[in-house]
Formats: sequence, structure tokens, C-alpha cells
Amino acid sequence: MRAQFVLSEVWIGLRRNLTMTIALVVVVAISLSLLGTGLLFVKQVDNTRTYWQSRVQLSVYLCSSQAFIQQCKDGQITNSEQQTIQQDLQQLPQVISVTYVSQEQAWRQFQSEFADSPTLVRYTSPSQIPSSFEVKLKNAEADAAPVSQIVDGYAGVAQVVDDSSILDNFYKLLDGARNAVVIIAIFLLVAAILLVANTIRLSAFNRRRETSIMRLVGASNFYVQLPFLAEGMIAGLFGWLVASGLLIAVKSLWLNGLQAYFPYGVVLSSSDLIEVVIIALVTGLLICGSTSFLTLRRYLRV
Amino acid sequence: MIHFDNVTKTYPNQGRPALENVNLDVEKGEFVFLVGPSGSGKSTFLRLVLKEERPSEGRIHVAGRDLARLTNWKVPQLRRRIGCVFQDFRLLPNKNVYQNIAFALEVIGKPRRFIRKVVPEVIDLVGLEGKRDRMPDELSGGEQQRVAMARAFVNRPMILLADEPTGNIDPATSIGIMKVLDRINRTGTTVVMATHDAAIVDSMRKRVIELEYGKVVRDQSRGVYGQAY
Repeated sequence: MRAQFVLSEVWIGLRRNLTMTIALVVVVAISLSLLGTGLLFVKQVDNTRTYWQSRVQLSVYLCSSQAFIQQCKDGQITNSEQQTIQQDLQQLPQVISVTYVSQEQAWRQFQSEFADSPTLVRYTSPSQIPSSFEVKLKNAEADAAPVSQIVDGYAGVAQVVDDSSILDNFYKLLDGARNAVVIIAIFLLVAAILLVANTIRLSAFNRRRETSIMRLVGASNFYVQLPFLAEGMIAGLFGWLVASGLLIAVKSLWLNGLQAYFPYGVVLSSSDLIEVVIIALVTGLLICGSTSFLTLRRYLRV
Repeated sequence: MIHFDNVTKTYPNQGRPALENVNLDVEKGEFVFLVGPSGSGKSTFLRLVLKEERPSEGRIHVAGRDLARLTNWKVPQLRRRIGCVFQDFRLLPNKNVYQNIAFALEVIGKPRRFIRKVVPEVIDLVGLEGKRDRMPDELSGGEQQRVAMARAFVNRPMILLADEPTGNIDPATSIGIMKVLDRINRTGTTVVMATHDAAIVDSMRKRVIELEYGKVVRDQSRGVYGQAY
């Protein structure tokens, strides 16, 4: 095997159809970076989901003296009603813990959360903020509905709110964005495959003299095909390099920037990024290599 | 060296076979002219020897191998033992004389030290001393054909196939080409040359096989081009 000879042939091939090579590198770069962005998105959504899964609770709001709704027509919840609810909740198998938040605590929390809107705080009295039980569930997704149904019927319960239902819309948005990115990436990968095939075909046509002589003097098929295969792979490699740069940028500028809008820290780790970059590398080489190989079988018969 | 046993070759969508029931033997070290009008089957014969085509019927042995049993991935091994020269030279225009010849060795993975040693030797053999750095377009037709012969011979093949090597060259220069082919033949290489050139065939007095409509109509040792005898 004469590595230097093969490399110089590859270099000649890449330079001869430079425009096709550039187009190929660009398309591979964009499709791989979109695919990678999609994967980063998946990871981000998963991370947020696990973060919330461990924190999502069922909020059981209790009747206050100022709750003018049908469920609270008997006025403020009595102590015995409150105790019954707490005990029954604690006995449910799906429940991990039950925490009581008094009106006093809820008021303070309200004050700090709406510190930006002093008017709202001024016109709200502590007695308007209901006390509640914060119920932590073993499996937030599956257990929320049955538990809230049970507790809804108790006297003194104003309203049961499943926190995860609030998050559902947020997830829908993220999932939709992720799917859109992945679908575009798939379309571009198809374009990349066609471009690889076309580049190799052009290259085979450009080098038909060389290949016909190689076959005539008895070069092995591997030797005849290697320059073309390497051409496709090297173009794929360059595309991947560009894509890696874009992915690092997406992660450090955009996804990390997104964190500023959330009160919790779920930052993707560097190992997540490395994993995605490696997946992009394998995808790129696989697509470029196998397409080159299959194209060659059509255009370089013995 | 080359053995055809009742070989018929019919191309798809063509009524008449290109070769029909051809039986012939070419021994090691022989020099054979293959003559006949265009379309008589000379090129088909050469393509069959190289296994670029497969016979429709019959068996072919080349260099002791049964071509029907030769798997596709072993075809390159066969072709390393056969050198080829064509009417249109088929040199690489962007490589000089030395590089064109070395290319044939590089693509079969020969070590560089070997290439450095043997390429100058064949350049001398074909009479191109001092022209190793010329590009093909700086050479005359006869010189280009010498490069092509050097490339065909550099790997010391057992058989040299020449398809009208003097077809694009004037008669005076052709004599030089034939001398090189003769020199190659004297090293023990079997030479099969397809040609239209009556003067050359008559002057060489070698074995002549004449094809017509795909059939061998004459096989004569020390023959001439026309059917004089």
C-alpha cells in the first residue's frame, strides 16, 4: 500500500471538482449540525423532564375565609377536616410526602415571587392566599390523576392543581421544536447522500483515464476504489469539523443562554456535547463512506 | 500460453457472433499477428484474453489459468501478467514519461525503491533515454507509443497484447516500434499484435492468424498479410 500515492490521487480528485466538494462539505456540515442540535434538544428536554419529575407536586389548595367558590360554601376549613385530609393523603400508596403550607408561608412566598408587581401585592391581603398541602408523588405522571380525584371530594378542599399539567404545554412546545429540527436534518441528510453520489460520479468521470489504465495493468479493485472512497470520507470529515464547531456554538451560546430564563439550573454537560459530536461523526462518515462505496459499484465495474 | 477451445462470442442484440468456434493455441515466446478487416473479431479476441468479456461458449486458458474459473477479484492478478498497447496510446496527459510508466507499478503497490530501479531500465529498452521528464504532448506519436510499450512491459508480463500499435504512426516510425516489440519478444514475452499494416506483417515473417467474420480462415507460421500462398 502506497499511502503517499493514494493521498496525492485523492487530493487531485478533490481539487478537480472543487465546487462539488465545497457544496458537499457545506451540506454535510449543515445537516450534521441540525441533527446534532436536534439531539442536544432531546437531551435538554430529557434533563428538564427528570428535573421536574422529582419536584412536581400536587397542590391541594384548602378553603380560606375569603374563597367565594362553590366548594368552600361552608367557609374556612376546620382543623379536623384538615387533619383528615392530611392523614388520608399520607396513607395513599402513591404518596411520598405531604407538606402543609400555611397561609402565612404562602403569603411570604407570594410576596417574594411578585416583588416586581408591588401594586398587586398591596391589594392582596394575606387571608386571600389559601393554605395548601404540597403532595409529592412517587410517579408524577401516572399518579397525579387518581390522587387528585380522591382528594377532590373532601370537605374543605378548594382546588387540586397538578403542576405537571402546567408543564405539559411547555413540553409540547419543546418536543415540536425538536421534531422540526430532526425532520429538517433528515431531509438534508438525504440531500447530502445525493450530493455524495453525484460528486463521486463526477470524480469517476474525470478520472476515467486513470481508472481504465489502473484496471488494465491489474490494480486491485480496492486500490482503484480507494481514492474515491477516501474523497467522499474526507469531504464528510471536513463537513463534520464545521458541524462540530457549530454544535459547540449552539451549546455554549444558545442552550446555555436559554438557562438564564429558567429559575432552575439544568445545564447540559460537556460529555453530552461530546456524545452528540461523536454521533455526528459516525453518521457523517457512515453516510459518505457507504454512499461512495455503493456509487462506485455502479460506475467502476471490473 | 493462450488457448482457445471452440470459443464463440455473441454480443447481446447482435445476430452474427463476433467470434465463432475459434480454436487456437499461442505458445510461450511466440510472436503472432492477428489480421483481418474491421469487425472480423480481432478486438473481441484481445478483450476475451483480458477477461474484459466472457465467451458465450467454449473455454479459454491464459497463462495456465481457466478464465471461466477465475473469480472477479482474481482478474487483476491475471492482468498483471498481461501488458497492453493500443492505437491511441492511452497515456495520462498530466504525467511525464517517468510518471506514466511508474503509475503502472504504483497502482499495484510496488515499493518505491523497485520502481526507481526498473523504470529507467525500460525507458532505455524502448529507446527514450533522456526523455524521462517530457510530457506526452511534447512527444511525437512514435515516442508516445514507446512510452505506452514501456508501461505495458515494465512489470515483465508473460503476454503483450498490441491492438494496432502502429495505426496512428507513419511507416518509417512504425519500423522503430516493431523493433521494440521484437526486442520485448526476445526476452521471452509472448506477443500478440492485431494489425491492418500489410507491410509490417510481410517484413516480419512471423505467425499470422487471419480472422474473417469471426472465424479463423488462416493460421500460418512465417506468413504474410495477403492471401498470397
